[in-house]
Amino acid sequence: MPKLRINGISVEVEPGTTVLESIRFLGLPIPTLCHDDGLRDIGACRLCVVEVSMAANGRTRLLSACTLPAQDGMDVRTNSATVQKARKLLLELYVATCPQSKRIQDLASEYGVRQCRYDAHNENCIQCGLCVRICEQQMMAGAIGFSGRGHHRRVSRPFDITSDKCRQCGACLYACPVCELRCQASTATTALCSGCLNFAPVCFQSYDDAMCFLEPCHACELTGPIRSEIPIKKLKKALSS
Amino acid sequence: MPRLNSIEQLEKLRAACIAGSDVKRPCLTVCAGSGCSAAGAEDLLTALRKAVDKVGMQEKIDVKSTGCHGFCERGPVMLVWPEGTFYNRVTAASAADVVASVCNGHKPVEKLLYKDPVSGKKCLTEEEVPFYARQTRVLFANNGRIDPKQITDYLRVGGYASVGKVLGGMTPEKVVETVTKSGLRGRGGAGFPTGMKWSLCRANGKPNGHGDIERYIICNADEGDPGAFMDRSLLEGNPHSVIEGMIIGAFALGAKQGFVYVRAEYPLAVKHLGIAIKQAEELGLLGDNILGTGLSFRIRLVQGAGAFVCGEETALIASIEGRVGEPHPRPPYPVEKGVFGKPTVINNVKTWASVAHIVNRGADWYSAIGTEKSKGTMVFSLVGKINNTGLVEVPMGITLHEMIYDIGGGIPNGRSLKAVQIGGPSGGCIPADLVDLKIDYEQLTQAGSMMGSGGMVVMDDSTCMVDVARYFMEFLEEESCGQCFPCRQGTQEMKAILTRICEGRGKEEDLDILQDLGWLMKETSLCGLGQTAANPVLTTLRYFRNEYLAHIRDEVCPAKVCKKLIMYEISPTMCDGCGACVKVCAGTAILGEKDHAHKIDQAKCTKCGACLEVCQPKAVLVS
Repeated sequence: MPKLRINGISVEVEPGTTVLESIRFLGLPIPTLCHDDGLRDIGACRLCVVEVSMAANGRTRLLSACTLPAQDGMDVRTNSATVQKARKLLLELYVATCPQSKRIQDLASEYGVRQCRYDAHNENCIQCGLCVRICEQQMMAGAIGFSGRGHHRRVSRPFDITSDKCRQCGACLYACPVCELRCQASTATTALCSGCLNFAPVCFQSYDDAMCFLEPCHACELTGPIRSEIPIKKLKKALSS
Repeated sequence: MPRLNSIEQLEKLRAACIAGSDVKRPCLTVCAGSGCSAAGAEDLLTALRKAVDKVGMQEKIDVKSTGCHGFCERGPVMLVWPEGTFYNRVTAASAADVVASVCNGHKPVEKLLYKDPVSGKKCLTEEEVPFYARQTRVLFANNGRIDPKQITDYLRVGGYASVGKVLGGMTPEKVVETVTKSGLRGRGGAGFPTGMKWSLCRANGKPNGHGDIERYIICNADEGDPGAFMDRSLLEGNPHSVIEGMIIGAFALGAKQGFVYVRAEYPLAVKHLGIAIKQAEELGLLGDNILGTGLSFRIRLVQGAGAFVCGEETALIASIEGRVGEPHPRPPYPVEKGVFGKPTVINNVKTWASVAHIVNRGADWYSAIGTEKSKGTMVFSLVGKINNTGLVEVPMGITLHEMIYDIGGGIPNGRSLKAVQIGGPSGGCIPADLVDLKIDYEQLTQAGSMMGSGGMVVMDDSTCMVDVARYFMEFLEEESCGQCFPCRQGTQEMKAILTRICEGRGKEEDLDILQDLGWLMKETSLCGLGQTAANPVLTTLRYFRNEYLAHIRDEVCPAKVCKKLIMYEISPTMCDGCGACVKVCAGTAILGEKDHAHKIDQAKCTKCGACLEVCQPKAVLVS
């Protein structure tokens, strides 16, 4: 049984356990975008990088926790200055890539990203590969995959024609961390900007410190008098149900 | 040729090969490497054969096409044996002269001899040419002597002797120990100790049902760096040396199957390697029961499909397995789980070729060459703004100065050295001030560059470093596999920022962003490509920050390269109105009548520089 230290806590895990699983087992927070418990990890989003030093060679490196098998004598730090810096820079780049994603918004806000120095790209995909993997590994369909290389790489279907392997199960949509929660609200109950829930008065943008990278959602766009007509408690209840 | 069933038979065959070749018999070896072929080596070969036929000496003079001799700048080059007379820039028209001189007592053809530009002395043999004199040729020693398509030629110069030595009485442990002791480090660029890699691989693997442990070895010949052609030339010129190294590796590691992964863009290397494998199989040097010792080893040739990232070991393995050529996170390393999940050793072409020499001449001989931590010789392709373009094999620890001025012959057109880009797109630019830097793994890494596979691009003062960084970033943006986020998005952002700076739209904050992005890519990218992709930017930022600032603050490109920041003008006082520029200007941007001073219409000018090249009185000015 590999025995490792995570943030100074000694933990013994089953062989084959990844470092990410070990970290989550201890209940420590770690952000991910391309990880799903039922799917094989590919280490694409790099958000789960942790600082790892091996007792054997004494080298310290940033490695993605999801693809790293827990080994004896590992010393893992999940929140060191280097890790924080890497996460922040990564999230800043993510915000530029998909500024409209709720999930990325929340992560950026949680990890203290307060500025985005890049031009917004407004892409709707971060190529985490969750949709491709869920289609292949859980739905056993393999109807979608990646095509192209580098900045031409995208999720696509063979010859861009819907394959007859696709059962239109919607698992790909379900798995997507970016577009799944895209705010398409026309009614208050589907409005997903967390600002509506946590702040009153509602609109995020009126606060200097808090940031909203989203295009204003329907709820935010509502002007003051109308906004005040939506009872926050009722909204919370509608969203949680 | 009959199959060899014992080591004695191999030695007998070698003895027959040596006896069958008359050392005094004249032989004309013409370099048919890619560079010389482009300069007309094929025509030369045909002309030489015709000329020999014409004088009726086809029984007495051999004409051979060989691999790259290295001095590509002076191609086509050839050697006349047994004297070893070196001729350069030989055209088909001179073929008759060469043959005539051989027939008339080997009086050298004066006009084809190399003239040292410094001393003005004519050089008779390769040893006298400064370009060769300063080199230590180990891997490329036989390139000018043997026909890569003839295994007998390789046997004649001592080929496969190390296979005989290993199979004749060494244990696998002893082989690994020899390689470890020699201090050989991976020649693919990262410089991982080869012996250690082999020991790690030997420690892994579980026996299958038959009690065998399945392991594989791979030769990485996916050389994709712009300006690099060492691996290509070695495979084209001496493919058997690579096969020999791999047989030794197979014995040491207990591998039954090996792969050579070559770029499909190297058709000649693929062809020569294919012939070499077939010949080795026919002789029983590959296949079952090699030389009657019970060792079984086969080599499969796999061609890449043009992805730079497939030079990364895990991507290469995926490509061999028939999957998409994308890297995988390590650990597990290939020595633990490689091809088909089995322990695999993957080494560069030059590493494998070095193994044969090390086993043959001993670890001590090899470790005597080079520096304390970097042993042996390294092959560089010296290209760019340098007088002697070509392949150079030097001992580790040679200084950049020796490399550029003594071997390379300095910078052409009286310009001065600005920087040297070492290690391809993953390497960095080393400034002219560091010209006394010793070339070994540690020193280069310390300077922000890396050994890489050995590309060395020399730049003079007409090179804009921001533009260079932008060029490499553009290459990497295209070649990044796109799998992991920091590399895919980072290269795109970096290219966008660098383009902006080159166009004079940069901001000073951009430099901090570049620094941050560079750090991010280095630390968090999944594979070696992403981790080193920022090197050209980071090193140019470190050594040429002023040049970046000039682009940003003053909107000036000091080297006058970035098109958006320069303007072509014709000096009215210097222009003699010859009209040459008017003729070459594709955009009809040059106005003015004959014998009157011309003028450039800035709205139409595309800044192609054509007028600058043709202007005799040098009246075209760039500002």
